[in-house]
Amino acid sequence: MTAAFTLSGVCKRYPAFALEDVDLALPEGEIMGLVGVNGAGKSTLLRLLGGLALPDRGTIEVLGHPMPAQQVQAKREIGLASEDMRLYGSQTLRWHMDLVRAAYPRWDEAYAGELLRRFDLRAAQPLKAFSHGQRVKALLLLNLARRPRLLLLDEPTTGLDPVARAEVLEALSEVLRDAARSVLFSSHDTHDIERLADRITFLHGGRVIDARDTAAFLDDWRRIVCHGALPASVGQWDGVASVRANGSLSELRVRGAEAVVGLLRAAGADVRSVDPMNLEEIFVATVRGGGKH
Amino acid sequence: MPVGDGLFLSASDGRPMYQQIVDQVAAKVAAGDWPAGHALPSIRELASASQVSVITVKRAYLELERAGLIVTRHGKGSFVAETQELPKALLRADLEGRLREVARAAARLGVGIDELKRLLVAAHDDQASHTAARPEEATR
Repeated sequence: MTAAFTLSGVCKRYPAFALEDVDLALPEGEIMGLVGVNGAGKSTLLRLLGGLALPDRGTIEVLGHPMPAQQVQAKREIGLASEDMRLYGSQTLRWHMDLVRAAYPRWDEAYAGELLRRFDLRAAQPLKAFSHGQRVKALLLLNLARRPRLLLLDEPTTGLDPVARAEVLEALSEVLRDAARSVLFSSHDTHDIERLADRITFLHGGRVIDARDTAAFLDDWRRIVCHGALPASVGQWDGVASVRANGSLSELRVRGAEAVVGLLRAAGADVRSVDPMNLEEIFVATVRGGGKH
Repeated sequence: MPVGDGLFLSASDGRPMYQQIVDQVAAKVAAGDWPAGHALPSIRELASASQVSVITVKRAYLELERAGLIVTRHGKGSFVAETQELPKALLRADLEGRLREVARAAARLGVGIDELKRLLVAAHDDQASHTAARPEEATR
């Protein structure tokens, strides 16, 4: 089975920022969500995969093509949409569509027309008259209609109003139908990622601090509320990311809840509830828990 | 536009996404929307139409298989089980779901397992005496 991409030992240093020792792979046909705060390295990672930047160290393979040696072949099958992509303000969307269509023989005009309608965009309008949300949707249309095998989307829903966001997510979930197409998208909105992604990667300070399938993340973490005095060492227990106390109640955020609940009961604490956490809470707990390797 | 086979899933529902899928498929089977032998949408189709990840739908289908509600034939997809036991399996899945809710509510209240057992026995006895008093309502 082909991997959509494989990164091994990848480093990329800029004067003020470095991406360090990234090992990451995405099986074909899956969706990976990239979660990280601003400056975590999400865009750098996407640019490396898209062939827009070269790593200082390590190897990158995209759809079976080693980069940069076979980047021409790879780029034919990659669709990269990021905000810093230049569109020509004085030209219409139709002009842009024809440009992309001429460069990519797999361009699907019928699908492009459907996306125009769904995104409520006017092809005859020059890009400079587009709002931010319309520009984001136009860029996505230009990429989706090429039917690339790997879609790289940098913050595709950031700054969109709720209606536009729903339209973009609908278009994205359509890509799921085809088992040969893969998506890597970054977002700081964890709700989008939690719902659509098969796999999730947490990026922080230029490093991958955790990367697993979505179910594993959600199954692993729990918020435990208990009553009664806790041993002082509880913060150091394996899997305990945070402890907060309020009077006789304490709240713990933990990985591997079963073991911790057992230890708490053994210590005489009265465990009141063990509840799932959402991805946002898990991300914050992972970052605060110093998920460094 | 999502097509007809999409399920209605919500992030503000307390249950995890895969559980919502399990419950809705079970409800569709119970309602007769999907009769025995009915072909379920493929995992990718349902994921796409319901806007959830493929892995979530896979997990839901596995649970439904384990509960005996659907069968998966290699290369052919998943179908609503033909078994006579279906209504029973549905009722049982429903019962287990309710018991999980009870367990959650008890945990929120800080009700321990012993007290919960006592409450359950009381509820059971209450129901038994009810059924004995009005036999025409005893359905089984």
